[in-house]
Amino acid sequence: MASNDGIGKTLTVALALCIVCSVVVSTAAVVLKPEQERNKSLDMKRNILSAAGLLDESQGVEEQFARVSTKVVDLRTGEFTDAVDPARYDQRKASKDPAQSVRLAGEDDPAKIIRKEHFSLVYLVNNEQGQLDKIILPIHGYGLWSTLYGFIGLEADANTVTGIGFYEHGETAGLGGEVDNPRWKNIWPGKKVYDDGQVEIEVIKGSVDPAGASAEHQIDGLAGATLTSRGVSNLVRYWLGESGFEPFLNNLKRGEA
Amino acid sequence: MSTMKETLLNPLFNNNPIALQILGICSALAVTTSMQVTVVMCIALTTVVAFSNLFVSVVRNHVPGSIRIIVQMIIIASLVIVVDQVLKAVAYDISKKLSVFVGLIITNCIVMGRAEAFAMKNPPLPSFIDGIGNGLGYSIVLLAVGFFRELLGAGKLFGVSIMPLVTEGGWYTPNGLMLLAPSAFFLIGLLIWALRSWKTDQVEEPDFTIAKHTTAQEGV
Repeated sequence: MASNDGIGKTLTVALALCIVCSVVVSTAAVVLKPEQERNKSLDMKRNILSAAGLLDESQGVEEQFARVSTKVVDLRTGEFTDAVDPARYDQRKASKDPAQSVRLAGEDDPAKIIRKEHFSLVYLVNNEQGQLDKIILPIHGYGLWSTLYGFIGLEADANTVTGIGFYEHGETAGLGGEVDNPRWKNIWPGKKVYDDGQVEIEVIKGSVDPAGASAEHQIDGLAGATLTSRGVSNLVRYWLGESGFEPFLNNLKRGEA
Repeated sequence: MSTMKETLLNPLFNNNPIALQILGICSALAVTTSMQVTVVMCIALTTVVAFSNLFVSVVRNHVPGSIRIIVQMIIIASLVIVVDQVLKAVAYDISKKLSVFVGLIITNCIVMGRAEAFAMKNPPLPSFIDGIGNGLGYSIVLLAVGFFRELLGAGKLFGVSIMPLVTEGGWYTPNGLMLLAPSAFFLIGLLIWALRSWKTDQVEEPDFTIAKHTTAQEGV
């Protein structure tokens, strides 16, 4: 079969193979896309509920999510806005669009997000009496290898954490990937974000001394994942700080948002 | 048909890709912390190796020697992408847990090894069977490792509590080491030991013998 080694045959085989394989791969991608999108949105809703500490696995996610109202906040003013439709707003896309975001650099960008969008979705849950019960905020920032995307949930006092979770990241499985570890995530609920208007919450290196003065603001670092822990700490502090959601949370507490 | 049967069953114990050929160890460490994930990984790998063998075998008479490896890689990579897409659509949670390891099937030595060693030289049907056999050989080891890791590390099987944990009011203190990658090394080592004690023809000749210690006087 020496004829196989001619240049013409080599190119023909390579080309034919590439065409066949690309057709197969793209067909699979296109056909399966709707199902994947549905899974993704379901996963997002599950994460939102879980950050609020409300997720009940025995019930349908969609039914539980009916309690959650999605709003849009203008991060520049900290007020609700109708500028975009929450159902169709793609926050990830907006954060990359120069018209809908602002460039951050150096010290203004501890979470290393490069661009911050003007508008952010927020998720509010009311209790049975119709009063505000839980606030869930989307957060993102850079860890060691990747941008982590997740949610942090707060009680109605806008200070006590109800939970945290990252639905997308590319950190090392077993080390930085332990941000998904339920045991570590369970440390977060009950921690206080602010003290006297200052963001005090942080992920420290090592374990928290429970008797320490600021134990209620501190979270154990992930063993073997110092940079991921620092990234999580920075991004939480950034998004809950004055360039993030703090103005909105203050407005919300005063009932002026 | 006895050769077909051999093609299928030989990789299970006689010529196991992990235990005898020591291939595909990487994913055996990474995805065996829980049985559920392990099973999905085994299905994914068996599918990929079976179909990559099939397709490589179908085109084997037309593949120029100079781009042989590239052709195999393209076929394998395409299959892996398709499997990954299917997993994302039908088993989203598990595909998230498997994360990069489905993609890394592309680099799994077993797939490439079978394509090059078997499928390039044999007709499609035996190649397909050989792929399934090797996939199952890989699966046997992974499932055994996963069984012990999940049982001893978390007191569970398929997420169902078998030995109630102390933290949940039971009696079993989980062995945290079992959830870390090194434990898979120990378990695979023990499995290879057991297998080679049973089938002594798999024991390899030592490459060299260790020289005796020289005495102090001779050294001086």
